[in-house]
Amino acid sequence: MMLLPCPHCGPRNSSEFRYVGEGTARPDPGTATIGVWRDYLYTRSNPAGWTTENWFHRAGCRRYFTVERHTVSNAVRASHRPAAQARTTSDPEGLSAGTERGPDAGPG
Amino acid sequence: MQVLVDTMPMRLEVRRGERIDRRHTFGFTWNGDRYTAYAGDTIVSALAAAGERIFSRSFKLHRPRGLLTASYIDPGCMVQVGDEPNVRGAHRLVESGMTVRAQNAWPTLRFDVKSANQAVGRFLSAGFYYKTFMKPERLWPAYENVLQRFSAGGVVSESSTHGLYDKRYAHPDVIVAGGGPAGMAAAVAAAEAGAAVLLVEEEHELGGHLRWAGPDALDALEKLRAAVAATDGIETMTDSVVTGRYDDNWVAVLQRSLPHVKERLVKARAKTLVAAPGLIERPYVFEGNDTPGVILSTASRRLINMFAVKPGHRAVVFSANADGDAAAADLERAGVEIARLVDARKGEDIVRVSGGKGVRSVECNDGAKIKCDLVVTAVGWTAPTSLTNMSGDRPAYNPHAGRFFPSSLPDDVLVTGGIAGDGNLDQLLEHAHAVGCEAARRSAHIGRRRRAAVPQSNSDEGREGPGDSPVAIPELPIAGHPELFMSRTHGVVDYSEDVGSKDLVAAVKEGYDSIELAKRYTTATMGPAQGKLETVNAVAVVAAATGSTIEATGTTVWRPPFNPISLGALAGRIFEPVMFSPMQPWHEGRRAEPLVAGTWIRPDHYGDPAAEVRNVRTNVGLIDVTPLGKFDLRGPDVPKLLNQLYVNKWSKLGVGSVRYGVMCAEDGVVLDDGVTGRLEPDRYMMSTTSSGAAALWEWMENWLQTEHPEWRVCLTPMTSAYASINVAGPKSRELMRRVAEEIDLSPEEFPYMRVRTGRIAGVDGCFVWRIGFTGELGYEIHVPASYGLHVWTTLIELGADLNVQPFGVEAQRILRLEKGHMIVGQDTDGLTGAYGADLGWAVKLDKQDFAGKRELVWQSENDDYFRLVGLQPVDPSEIPPEASQIIEGTKQIAGRITSSRMSPTLGRSICLGFVAPHLGAPGTTVTVHLPDGRRIPATVMPQLAHFDPDGGRVRG
Repeated sequence: MMLLPCPHCGPRNSSEFRYVGEGTARPDPGTATIGVWRDYLYTRSNPAGWTTENWFHRAGCRRYFTVERHTVSNAVRASHRPAAQARTTSDPEGLSAGTERGPDAGPG
Repeated sequence: MQVLVDTMPMRLEVRRGERIDRRHTFGFTWNGDRYTAYAGDTIVSALAAAGERIFSRSFKLHRPRGLLTASYIDPGCMVQVGDEPNVRGAHRLVESGMTVRAQNAWPTLRFDVKSANQAVGRFLSAGFYYKTFMKPERLWPAYENVLQRFSAGGVVSESSTHGLYDKRYAHPDVIVAGGGPAGMAAAVAAAEAGAAVLLVEEEHELGGHLRWAGPDALDALEKLRAAVAATDGIETMTDSVVTGRYDDNWVAVLQRSLPHVKERLVKARAKTLVAAPGLIERPYVFEGNDTPGVILSTASRRLINMFAVKPGHRAVVFSANADGDAAAADLERAGVEIARLVDARKGEDIVRVSGGKGVRSVECNDGAKIKCDLVVTAVGWTAPTSLTNMSGDRPAYNPHAGRFFPSSLPDDVLVTGGIAGDGNLDQLLEHAHAVGCEAARRSAHIGRRRRAAVPQSNSDEGREGPGDSPVAIPELPIAGHPELFMSRTHGVVDYSEDVGSKDLVAAVKEGYDSIELAKRYTTATMGPAQGKLETVNAVAVVAAATGSTIEATGTTVWRPPFNPISLGALAGRIFEPVMFSPMQPWHEGRRAEPLVAGTWIRPDHYGDPAAEVRNVRTNVGLIDVTPLGKFDLRGPDVPKLLNQLYVNKWSKLGVGSVRYGVMCAEDGVVLDDGVTGRLEPDRYMMSTTSSGAAALWEWMENWLQTEHPEWRVCLTPMTSAYASINVAGPKSRELMRRVAEEIDLSPEEFPYMRVRTGRIAGVDGCFVWRIGFTGELGYEIHVPASYGLHVWTTLIELGADLNVQPFGVEAQRILRLEKGHMIVGQDTDGLTGAYGADLGWAVKLDKQDFAGKRELVWQSENDDYFRLVGLQPVDPSEIPPEASQIIEGTKQIAGRITSSRMSPTLGRSICLGFVAPHLGAPGTTVTVHLPDGRRIPATVMPQLAHFDPDGGRVRG
């Protein structure tokens, strides 16, 4: 079981988290065609390589966050709060900025 | 008839280093006969001491099998102990009174009728599973029956007790897998460098090959064991095995020989893993190589030096290395006559063994035929690269050494001992010491980095730990060894699966010419030995058959588990919470029938659900609805959140009002429903279905955290903070008057779909909403959980003259079905959109945005969905089981029944169900196909409600 670096709690067992999915931007339902909407719902790039994905720390801080993970090695090179959250000026819970860390690949 | 076999003709005199304790003798039975063992004997060592040579029958051909390795992996020594099947007889220690039986043999081990399989062996060749039992298809059940009788393995008892299988989580800095000399030295070095070390050894004691390698080795072993015992920070587990290594050194350890616990699965997160599994001696492939009496040199040395058992009387030793020569010397000292030492280094070879139930003679490549009862082979080693393979490494073949080595390891996995190289004991210990130091250093480094990734107030500086410059690890020399896998005759490659070299060659000829394909086609390496004995031989045979090399052929991937692991250990203890409402003691007092509803245990009924229904319709009933999801929502932007989550509108909900709402997922499928009330200008209380509460919390947080973090909403789950009681029935208002304070219950002041806060039965901080899931006048009371039982019993006491009675989930299901209220998940499924669930009235497509809007717009324009309707069977006594299909013509599925009950109120059966679009008009007669094959007509009703469709009763 891989360790996943939560930006709030640090590296934790991945069983504490729920995998939300590959990060996809939600189209405006007022203007999106049904084809665009179904791409948003169902189409994923599923690369063998680096992917940006969302996780939820279910058994921890219960925060959603975004990681960049390599799907072959499970290395994680960045973990941060969701993009929309970082955009906002207000920070109601007083959370600090997300951490940036290298892949957990042992001493260099 | 029981035979007493209490002599040990093959037992040797006392010898230094033996692991048996001759002061304690045990009696046990083997196939019904009595035998004697010393404390410390394995089942097989005790039987071998008594002169027994056959311990099982082989998997397919039912050939007699004896011991081969005299260790945990011995494929021919799986036995049944009492009601426990598939016990490793060469590992399990004898206990007093143990009942041991042979497996896979009928009627007896010595005379097994299925050994006739040998005569028809050509039909049981490679891929026979795939070829033989295919046609005709109608005989598959018969084939299955036959195959099951022929399957190997013990007998599972259905009446045996489960036993306690424990689970543990461990967080060592360093795990050392393997307790031989290298593992012990590495563990000591790592612990001395400050690491917390878990040292895991598969056998019953530490020591590895030092246990059988002579006086100097025993001296070294004593020193190493003393060092392990004297070093702080080492936890040693023997009779335990590292079964798998997963991402980031998540390591599974199976621990045995524990008091009161059958087995324990240890889930360990190690910072570094040191694999020190030693080497496994490889069997040699030749004709008759599975005859009882053909054993490995290590087996011979183990039997003589650890168990004081003489493996035979007259031996031929086939040796390609110094260990084989040492085994010959051991045998000679033990009084075994060495008929010949066949030296592979001089080009000598053995070609075939003759003998059925035991070795009678062996034929060499020079034509010599030597009478003997024992053949000992020493042809080389297999590095168990299992853990390194699970760490992402592909082992590389070294032809000079005739074995595979790990090639590139991640930084958190290190190797030492035989898997890394050869050399004398001093070189091995020097290497292991350096590896242990480096493992500790790297683990400290990884620990520092992980702590640095945790936001915290106290800094990590000043922590003790090894320095950060890498420890130089000396190179171990790699000894040359002849590449020796197979004689010029064919023999058994995989003893567990009864796969021979002939089968592998046949598989290659049939086109399965890659090792991974040949493996799956023949099942070689897929049995209980899991490749430890047979992988490299299989690779060598396939390489020869394809005209390739071992390097180019490569090896199969080793996957967890390293050794077989019991299902009990995997299932283990289950840490699943069970939830009860505060009223549970009262329910138990009334002998309520429990219903498991997700994590909650709820009363299903109190004896007679129909009577409970009638009492709600005529008097007043109470149901414990504590599991209802409840969320406290505060902040100025709550209406925005509600508008986003629900398909209906919330902007105009006044203080004191509640509204029924429907939520859809982004694909337009109904997700949940419930009522939400506005208690104060900026304070709302939301209720959700019981089963949806946990997922809804995450769903709402997702919107608040990722899409609209600018919304000022504070969301608090309150499900178990409040006990919830639904008071329902025509007399509910009268009962409420007796318990409510500060709340005016008159219909004018507290009408339908309103919420009020106040004191109930003397308890402050309650809120009550007037809603009617049952279709009756009703109040849902939410009280602080610790007062739930008090309020419940007060309602029961004060309502006695109103004939208040409890009702359970079953009565509520009937009541709501009469009223036509659907249940999300019961009357909807993963494809049911809001329109299909007859909830189109709630969907407000003119809202700018809400979850699922785009799909609901599409659904509103494409009305070809199956729709939920009320249904009544024409015969009022027919109650179609839920999930019965609605059909059209002879075969066409045109819907299904989702809810179905006998209505005590109407005296007839009532249903909800889905029907195809053209069958949805009221008055349509549809055909319901019952599980017993009958087809009955049912009528589509004008609306979902079967009872009081105008809702006069709830509004009263």
